[in-house]
Amino acid sequence: MAQVTLRKVVKKYDEVLAVRGIDLDIMDKEFVVLVGPSGCGKSTTLRMIAGLEEITDGDIAIGGDVVNDVPPKDRDIAMVFQNYALYPHMNVYENMSFGLKLKRTPKDIIDQRVRQAAQILDITELLDRKPKQLSGGQRQRVAMGRAIVRDPKVFLFDEPLSNLDAKLRVQMRTEIKKVHQKVRTTTVYVTHDQIEAMTLADRVVVMNGGNIEQVGPPNELYHSPKTKFVAGFIGSPAMNMVPCQLEASGDALKVRLSDTLSLAVPASRTARYRPHVGKPGLLFGLRPEHLTETRPHLEADMQTFDVKLDVTEPMGMETLVYFAINGIDICGRVNPNAGARESQTMKLCADMANMHLIDDKTEQVL
Amino acid sequence: MADTALRVSAASSADKRSGLQKLMQRKSTIAFLMTLPLIVLIFTLVAYPAGYALYLAMLNKAMTKFVWFKNFDFLFSRDTFWMVVWQSCLFAISAVVFKAFIGFVVAHLVNNIPGKKQRKWRGMLLVPWVIPAAMSTLSWLWLFDSSYSAFNWLLEPLGIGPIPWLGETGWARFCVILVNVWIGAPFFMIMYLAALKSVPEQLHEAAEIDGASWWQRIWYINLPMMRNIIAITALFSTILTFANFDIVRVLTRGDPLNTTHLFATWAFRLGIESGDIPLGAAVSLFMVPILAVGATIILRDINKRGSEV
Amino acid sequence: MADATITTSPGAPTRPRYGSMSRDRRWALRWSYFFLTLFAIFFLTPPIYMFVTSLKSSAEISAEINPWWVFDPTLSNYIGLLTDNVFLTFFLNSALISVCVVTITMMISVVAAFALARMKFWGSATLATGVFLTYLIPETLLFIPLFKMFAWVNDTFGIQLMNHWWTMIILYPTLTVPFCTWIMIGYFASIPKELDEAALIDGATWFQTLTKIFIPVALPGLIAATIFAFTVSWAQFLYPLAFTTSTKELVLPVGIITTLIKGDVFNWGQIMAGALLGAAPPLIIYAFLMDYYIAGLTAGATKG
Repeated sequence: MAQVTLRKVVKKYDEVLAVRGIDLDIMDKEFVVLVGPSGCGKSTTLRMIAGLEEITDGDIAIGGDVVNDVPPKDRDIAMVFQNYALYPHMNVYENMSFGLKLKRTPKDIIDQRVRQAAQILDITELLDRKPKQLSGGQRQRVAMGRAIVRDPKVFLFDEPLSNLDAKLRVQMRTEIKKVHQKVRTTTVYVTHDQIEAMTLADRVVVMNGGNIEQVGPPNELYHSPKTKFVAGFIGSPAMNMVPCQLEASGDALKVRLSDTLSLAVPASRTARYRPHVGKPGLLFGLRPEHLTETRPHLEADMQTFDVKLDVTEPMGMETLVYFAINGIDICGRVNPNAGARESQTMKLCADMANMHLIDDKTEQVL
Repeated sequence: MADTALRVSAASSADKRSGLQKLMQRKSTIAFLMTLPLIVLIFTLVAYPAGYALYLAMLNKAMTKFVWFKNFDFLFSRDTFWMVVWQSCLFAISAVVFKAFIGFVVAHLVNNIPGKKQRKWRGMLLVPWVIPAAMSTLSWLWLFDSSYSAFNWLLEPLGIGPIPWLGETGWARFCVILVNVWIGAPFFMIMYLAALKSVPEQLHEAAEIDGASWWQRIWYINLPMMRNIIAITALFSTILTFANFDIVRVLTRGDPLNTTHLFATWAFRLGIESGDIPLGAAVSLFMVPILAVGATIILRDINKRGSEV
Repeated sequence: MADATITTSPGAPTRPRYGSMSRDRRWALRWSYFFLTLFAIFFLTPPIYMFVTSLKSSAEISAEINPWWVFDPTLSNYIGLLTDNVFLTFFLNSALISVCVVTITMMISVVAAFALARMKFWGSATLATGVFLTYLIPETLLFIPLFKMFAWVNDTFGIQLMNHWWTMIILYPTLTVPFCTWIMIGYFASIPKELDEAALIDGATWFQTLTKIFIPVALPGLIAATIFAFTVSWAQFLYPLAFTTSTKELVLPVGIITTLIKGDVFNWGQIMAGALLGAAPPLIIYAFLMDYYIAGLTAGATKG
């Protein structure tokens, strides 16, 4: 039983609001990732859960108990820091056992727990090394080991992978997921990397400007973003957003992107979008992977049009193509063999079944 | 999930907020207590005596009457005082200039040689700074001895001398400055060497590719990059040199005829040895202006660096 | 364009420049060694001469022979000093004072530096600056008012502070604590904040964070500060000169200068032996812990 509950939690630094009254329920054994750009309040939120920051207003509960004024050591949490924060003068074993030793845990129990954690993380042979003698990935494991050994109610991770190089980051990502599957402790994980968030989380919490934008499983966030911010933040390359007009032609609706280009809205969406016909300040959103080369057999909602490519970026398994509509750069993903060339015209195909319509004023996805 | 009942341990919500506040207050109280010995020490044995010196300087010799600035009036009317002012400035400025110059040159020389040997040379060259000043000045006193000077023995075959090292005003002044430079230059060398090490090697390589000569590299790269440390070290040393006591006290005791006295040694002579405490205090206060100027500049630099970080 | 570049370069040397770089470097190296040797002679002459003289008998010192050489080395000066109770008293006084001062200094400054570096409280920034300013105030400004204050303490409380070696244990910390606190603040501030947060989560109290994390991690700084405190209290000259007069209360530097220099009859062999013995403790520490010594010296400027 270790759910974490945040109720109207506010954090003010002098007069600056860092967190503006957020509500969040994290269930037992759940892996929740807080993601957002720097300064969005995600780290502050994590540090408030840890008890390293005082909360200005609201309540935080761990396992149902309000912990607002409980000091960190009595909250039964463990934290993994961005720079690992391993004690440089202690070896791995001492690092992992330090917390237990302070609690006056019997020696044999400490030993048993350290060795068990070391086995889970595959660092048994590193136990008598000093942090200085370890590689980045190994330090990362030790930092996790230190958390596991304490067998806490909640794991807190503060951007634990951002000091690693790209290759190791991917590897450790899998490692963290595996560990979570083994120990099944409620986990709150903070990152600015949306791919990390997508791959690790049971549920992702997208934060922006001290507010929660949206909470949901990774795929839901990806396919049905609720706000303009989430639509733009999740997914790489980012979703294309082009100013557009919604026009009615009989029963059908059309999205007009420029004088010469308009695309038909799928029939399934007409009822949803009809109230917004003629509304100013609408954005048409389409992810790059829904903008591909044309194929012989098009599905119902796929529409083709010709564009003049500005830049192509071969990525190996795909080629990114860039073109502009009314001065706005748009990205598409085409098959490397589709013959995309810079400064040449190409026929592209938009999968309108995956389109989004965004109100730029309210920043809501319609 | 949303309506999970939250168990609040404290009775009212007003209480629970004050809990952490109390904790924070206790933390700053503990922190204050931890610095208390330091504060007491600074106030009783540094700040208070410094202020007390000002008061003492305005008493009469028997310390029975408050005489305002009479002591200062008296000092201004005495030739010895002006001589001490002149000698203090001459001593501090020339010593700092030579220390800085020698330190700069030696730091570059040490930096020129291969890394492994640098340690050995650096260790050897810092020895004058490590020996207690009073002890090393004793050996200079012996080297300058009026009848057995080992320097004069070396100079005699060249037809020079015997030089009255400590017996003549000009030479005595030269000697106290020389000893101060000898003690202080290694400190400059160490500071400048540390500064030199912080100049990125790529800058030198880039300059070399741009066709800069060795001399130009020092002038256009090392000097500007080391500017901060050069200034701070010189300032620091100026304060310490101005307030110097040990060297003059051991080497000349202010002789011949008080011409080598500095503020500190003269204040000692007047205040402790002649028993005129107010006059001694008045003399020592003349070290304050240079101290204040130096401290202000250093503080401004610290604040500037603090805001850069 | 191409013509222009060609016409401007006839002055350039026509000989191939291969190898000239390394030849320049070799010469630079030779000159560096040459000048370094000159400077080393300048810097090391007094201590060497000190050593040379300390091995001579009084007869040899006053003889008209090469003073830079020992013709008849003798250890009598050292033996004379080391069997002389007065000299041993000086040495003991200096040692006791230094050990006590180092202990007091480190206790005060480490604890204060920890509070100033990590536990922000009202006025903590001002205090940190104040500590640095205190370091700049020379003892030459303070000895006269202190002289008068001691008289007042004697009148009021009946405690005689004058002419006691242990008075130095109270006075010397004013010279060592500010700088030691200052460099310890620097060392503590360089410890990442996450480290004490990790300790906090691990359940360590402030005191445990200090003793189990900060002190071990900042150990190099601690050693540097200890060396500084020791060398300063060992070498201090003005305070003992002003405040102690009885032979049995003197410290080494003052003792050598006031008791061995008797009138015009200088026993230079013994004075130099005494000075060398007085310089030995700092020199020995320096020889073994040179890197820490230098770290402490440069910390003030680079850590600020």
